Amino acid sequence: MTVRNVDIAVLGAGPAGMAAALVAAGGGADTVLIERENHLGGILKQCVHDGFGLLRFGEKLSGPEYAGRFVHMVREAGLAVLTSTFVAEARRDHEESVLMLVDQSGVTELHAKAVVLATGCRERSARQVMIQGTRPAGVMTAGAAQYYVNVLGYLPTTRCVILGSGDIGLIMARRLTLEGAEVLGVFEAKSTPSGLSRNIAQCLDDFGIQLHLSRTVTRIFGGDRVEAVETAAVDENMHPVAGTEERLFCDGVILSVGLIPENEVGEALGVPMDPVTKGPVMDQNGQTQVPGVFVCGNASHVHDLVDYVTESGELAGAAAAAFVTGRRTRRLLPLKADSTFLLYAVPQFVDMNAPESGAVVYFRSREERGLTVVAITAGGVTVARHSYQHLRPPEMERLDIDLSRIPSDTTALDIGAESLVMVEVRS
Amino acid sequence: MSRQSQHIQQRLQQQVKRNISCREGHDSIILEGTVDNWAQVVRAGKLATHEGYKGVVNRLAVEGLTLPPPRSLKLKDTELDGLHVDVLIVGGGVIGCAVARELTRKNISVVLVEKEDDLATHASSRNNGMIHPGIEPRPGTSRARFNVRGNAMYDTVASELSVPFTRCGSLLLYQERWERFLGPLFIARARQNGVPGVHLINRNEALALEPHLMREFSGALHMPSTGIISPYLLTIAYAENAVRNGARVSLETMVADMKVREGRIMAVRTNRGTLFPGVVVNAAGCYADAVADMAGDQFFTIHPRKGEIIILDRKKGHLISHVVAKPRLLQVKSDTKGGGLNRTIDGNILVGPNAVEQPFREDYSTDRDHIELMLRRYLPLVPELSPTDVITYFAGTRPATYEEDFIVERSQYVRNLVHAAGIQSPGLASAPAIAEEVARLTVNALGEVTKVGDNPTFDGHRQGIPEPERMTWNERDALIHRRPDYGVIVCRCEGISKGQVVDALRSPIVATSVDAVKRRVRVGMGRCQGGFCTPQVLRIIGEQSGEQLAAITKKGGDSFILATETKTVRSGQ
Repeated sequence: MTVRNVDIAVLGAGPAGMAAALVAAGGGADTVLIERENHLGGILKQCVHDGFGLLRFGEKLSGPEYAGRFVHMVREAGLAVLTSTFVAEARRDHEESVLMLVDQSGVTELHAKAVVLATGCRERSARQVMIQGTRPAGVMTAGAAQYYVNVLGYLPTTRCVILGSGDIGLIMARRLTLEGAEVLGVFEAKSTPSGLSRNIAQCLDDFGIQLHLSRTVTRIFGGDRVEAVETAAVDENMHPVAGTEERLFCDGVILSVGLIPENEVGEALGVPMDPVTKGPVMDQNGQTQVPGVFVCGNASHVHDLVDYVTESGELAGAAAAAFVTGRRTRRLLPLKADSTFLLYAVPQFVDMNAPESGAVVYFRSREERGLTVVAITAGGVTVARHSYQHLRPPEMERLDIDLSRIPSDTTALDIGAESLVMVEVRS
Repeated sequence: MSRQSQHIQQRLQQQVKRNISCREGHDSIILEGTVDNWAQVVRAGKLATHEGYKGVVNRLAVEGLTLPPPRSLKLKDTELDGLHVDVLIVGGGVIGCAVARELTRKNISVVLVEKEDDLATHASSRNNGMIHPGIEPRPGTSRARFNVRGNAMYDTVASELSVPFTRCGSLLLYQERWERFLGPLFIARARQNGVPGVHLINRNEALALEPHLMREFSGALHMPSTGIISPYLLTIAYAENAVRNGARVSLETMVADMKVREGRIMAVRTNRGTLFPGVVVNAAGCYADAVADMAGDQFFTIHPRKGEIIILDRKKGHLISHVVAKPRLLQVKSDTKGGGLNRTIDGNILVGPNAVEQPFREDYSTDRDHIELMLRRYLPLVPELSPTDVITYFAGTRPATYEEDFIVERSQYVRNLVHAAGIQSPGLASAPAIAEEVARLTVNALGEVTKVGDNPTFDGHRQGIPEPERMTWNERDALIHRRPDYGVIVCRCEGISKGQVVDALRSPIVATSVDAVKRRVRVGMGRCQGGFCTPQVLRIIGEQSGEQLAAITKKGGDSFILATETKTVRSGQ
């Protein structure tokens, strides 16, 4: 067994991890990028549709193209990369993180002064959304279906229903149709779609695939392979309504019912999690409550655009590099989201001592809303505000804060919708 | 018609339905007629027990309900045709496999047939892996006797077969004041059944053993002999050891009928040819009554009792170590134990099981109301557990007879038939003891026609597939140096390596489907439920077997995972 010391270990070589490692190493820190699969790029390898990189590069790239640009930069920079390497255990030892790495050459005990968690997310599975019935072949997550089609070159179904209107589900509705499968419909238990509007238009509407809102798959039938599903309308508590059941004959059920940040390594390092985002509690640069442990990308909270994932990786990478070169004390102000209006807002804390005076807050609205002004206040004083034409839960929004505008005696920040003041105009 | 059967018929006609008729056969009472629903079938069967008959054969039909036959097998060949064999075991569950292994201690030929593509696909994998202490079965029953003896055999069996096993103990918590009065009853029951070490402890003592328990209870019954094992790994281990010692296991092999002459089974026809066995062991689980019927010796009927179990994420596994249960009012008299929480040998907490009478022998569908009820009932035992910890749930059916006892005996009418039937809960705990007894009966039966000696080369030890995740880091490092693919992780949730998957594909009883690999090495059992690793496992199966990916199944038969190549691939773009 070998023992190795580094300044920074970045876990996960998807878009977040590659960006973090590039920035961290660029800042002079001894950095290693660790990836469990045998190639860099993470989930982007199977996302052959386009739309990646509009913000970052000003052009529409496919997933592999977007990843390819960063893979190229990683190679050019001569970064230390460990692929097919698995973190089998993680623990804290004094001020360091210790990662037990397993790969084909054996076990390595890696001591890192800082760790950047860029471990991405996983998909929620069938039983986690209370689908009942049997367990035949043909029930899979949209991500697995995407891998079968785009990487292995196989159709996993010839006639299917899609449960959940998450983006990967919508994209797979189009992809499966293009590859010759029949998609009988997309069922969404909520009353509004979970995916981006552009995906509803381009993946469903353009192909004549029906989106059934407030309707879910309740039961799966079939012995060896899926033979049929039962769908039913749901009430506002998401419970199926008796008498609305309908049976559809199909050989596949594809699930796109939510993503869960993967934070098993973070948990092992003792990082406190936010029960709402399922990601670590962090500051604007991704530093968690455990000193020297940073998080970025979908491990911190689920993003809808890769461009923002990359940005969060760069912030975390830079902060990790700063952490190992010279520690400074953070002054953390909690950022409290008005939960009647927002699903969540991140970061959970703003570090007032951060070197950069700008910070980005991301949030998701709880409900669809028209013109809304969102404001961040410090003890009643508005320190940032922006008006949004439209807010929808699937679409993550950003709001910039200038830290220098926050009064020095502030103890907490609040984010919420600003009540519209009607100005009476006297004639 | 005897007076006795007339009396039962009258009772059933009065209490269940007019058109039930009763007659006698093979010392059992046979119920015939048509009733309105399954509950009536079960009720009639129960009412006919304890009336002096050996068993209840319940042939009642339900108006409008046709029960499906077991899935038919596409495979048809002559692999076993004309085979003369000393012992033919029907059924590849834990009982059949354990019997096979026990029989290889003798120098006789043993063939085990199983209709599925793998062993342990029914009741033997669809349970919580608990090795019961033996307190639930009524004193004097076969269940009580085999349970207590089987439980005591587990340390040896598990170590010989290298199957991870722990004697975690169990706690039965008393919440209500009246429940305390059950304590002395259970202690008396333990004494009668011969269960070691059972004692009452107070709340503080229980909390010292399980600090994460709720506080709302007054005391507990502690049963230290309770254990936990992986039921499917044990079944496979038994079979692998049997094969190593000369037995033959034939999968996808279903018994179609038997030729019986003058009280002997002469021939057994399967989809893979006709065998000529010296003795037949009936270990056919939920179909044991059908197999008995083929041999002309049906004196019992199996009524499948479904149980559902919920699996929680391994990250909550540290919250309990014992099996934790709440007593039920009728538990002292009941036929199956109440549900609760237990931690599997791999560290997942299981919630359940429940018990639901229903007509289908192999219907493993789950029901939302049942799952939600169990979550409401049992999660509060450990307040840190929450419904978001659920990763999946499953169901199984217990092969119960109406007498609710095991049938472990030589047939009274067919000289070369041994029954191991009605092996419901606690069948897993009882398996080593049942196997010992069935092997003894089988050797006796065989000894009447041929001389049976010991197998001089028998070796009861089995080497399992390495489990790097349970090793020390240095051991793991050394293992990877010997074979680098133990360092290639394919299942991220459970940390399972490619080497382990390859081993499963090369094991003595070769895994050919994704679920068979999963049963051996746990790949896909984690929180992502195979979302990430199933494609990797498919690839490795393809690589090792040379099969087209589209020919690989989830669980044999037509359970193909992939349909066809994509248009893009087919058009060669």
